[in-house]
Amino acid sequence: MRIAIEITYLVSSIFFIFGIKFLGSPKTARKGNLFAAIGMFMAIVATLLDQEVLTYEWIIIGAVIGSAVGLVLAYKTPMTGMPQMVGMLNGFGGGASTLVALAEYFRLNPNYPVDTGLPFNLPIDTGIAIVLSLLIGGVTFTGSMIAFGKLQGIVTGKVVKYPLQHPLNLFLILLVLAGGVFMLLNPSNIPVVLIITFISLVLGVLLVLPIGGADMPVAISLLNSYSGLAGATTGFVLGNNVLIIAGALVGASGIILTNIMCKAMNRSLMNVVMGGWASAGSEGPAPESKTHKGTAKSIDAEELAMLLDGVSSVIVVPGYGMAVGQAQHAVRDLMNVLEKKGINFRFAIHPVAGRMPGHMNVLLAEAQVPYDKMLAMEDINDDFPNTDVVIVIGANDVVNPAARHDKSSPIYGMPILNVDYAKTVIINKRSMNVGYAGIDNELFFYPNALMYFGDSKEAMSKLVHELKAL
Amino acid sequence: MESYLFLMHVYVFVLALFVGFELITKVPPTLHTPLMSGSNAISGITIVGAILSAGLEQFTISTILGMVAVIFAMINVVGGFLVTDRMLKMFKKPSRSGLPGSKTGSDGK
Repeated sequence: MRIAIEITYLVSSIFFIFGIKFLGSPKTARKGNLFAAIGMFMAIVATLLDQEVLTYEWIIIGAVIGSAVGLVLAYKTPMTGMPQMVGMLNGFGGGASTLVALAEYFRLNPNYPVDTGLPFNLPIDTGIAIVLSLLIGGVTFTGSMIAFGKLQGIVTGKVVKYPLQHPLNLFLILLVLAGGVFMLLNPSNIPVVLIITFISLVLGVLLVLPIGGADMPVAISLLNSYSGLAGATTGFVLGNNVLIIAGALVGASGIILTNIMCKAMNRSLMNVVMGGWASAGSEGPAPESKTHKGTAKSIDAEELAMLLDGVSSVIVVPGYGMAVGQAQHAVRDLMNVLEKKGINFRFAIHPVAGRMPGHMNVLLAEAQVPYDKMLAMEDINDDFPNTDVVIVIGANDVVNPAARHDKSSPIYGMPILNVDYAKTVIINKRSMNVGYAGIDNELFFYPNALMYFGDSKEAMSKLVHELKAL
Repeated sequence: MESYLFLMHVYVFVLALFVGFELITKVPPTLHTPLMSGSNAISGITIVGAILSAGLEQFTISTILGMVAVIFAMINVVGGFLVTDRMLKMFKKPSRSGLPGSKTGSDGK
């Protein structure tokens, strides 16, 4: 039986590997997800047959509650709520790791619940794995919940600073490690284990709280990686290879995504984790906005419709503003109207647009925009000089030309979409306020830039209406 | 002997990390979110540990912790796979045939 279970675990590991591989290509992605789900199903069934599992009622109760909640979440969450959803699911994975590590500790402890006076010989490797599992799982759990709160608007999305931020976090990490050593020396000391758990949970809050809204893509993918690593450490606690393999795969994929996000912002991971842009923190117009003496010109829907009537190529650059305004369907309508006029219409998507990796793509896919219309930054950046009109919808920092030339700008060096090279740039925003990096955008004052004020959804619907009326 | 077994687990972990890095070096940005939520669902593999804890013969604190872990991991697994599928269903195939009408090629949805 043992061997059959182990072989099943091996097969499900292979399914996970193929699952992730297939998830990497649009044609096979759905199959990949299915493969991974089958792998999971096999691992669960094999575990249920394990002879260590003797009572089923608690498992069934837990599984029914968990499945019901998961089902509701998966179908009730609107596509605009995906970043929160992903954030929250990360957290549950981490939380489960912490709980399993604790459960395993209590199971191994011969002096709980009754003090038998027996010596507690906790193997050093298991002990280390338990401490790491508590640490990573705990940080993932509360960190993800804070990320969820920020994305949901329950917790402030701003960069939160608190005194002695870095020394405090470092101190807490060292405290956990010291507690870990203490636990290895005195395994029977239950309070130490609980303190380690508690500090890890606090650490998750403190680490994610300072991260601002624009850095969320990095935070979410990093937490995704942590949730995998937490699973792997649980695998070390239990000595179970399928957990180790699956956890490592997820950990690796999360690290790769995190790396892509960091590169897209020209920032080191350390810099993001430490929290906040150099000059960030204040809302509202930045004080140095006086450096731009010119005034931004604006355009209304009717004029814009006429402008678009005679052009041959249009690129739309969506940003978080499109998600907030839920304008993706209106934008799709715009695409349809303009394509009917024979205009070459495409989307240019910055890797960190929105609040999670691929955020814009998901929203546009929901609005039935074919994925070959959504072009990545490196694929479309050379096309801007040959483009008649670029429409920027609710994006700001990712199109700020200061990133190219202004060494004093906090976003200097960040790869941006070169929208200013197009003949005309239309910027749809609700107001002249600064972006999430808290800095002014000189693009608005460029001679080829026109502001099209208004809520993104309303503005696009109006524009479509005007275009149809032509 | 025990540390030897532990070392074997480290082996597996390191090799799996490399496999992970190799598998997904090139993912189109379109798939960043589904990859994240799909892999996230895989991290719900902790369900295995949760089941082992919740299914212990004697009812102890470990059983309760295990049961809560089963709830958490199950939310992660069920929610993760289903929402990923829901997302991927939306991704429409490229429609290169000239001007796509408003809702042509309505596979998926």
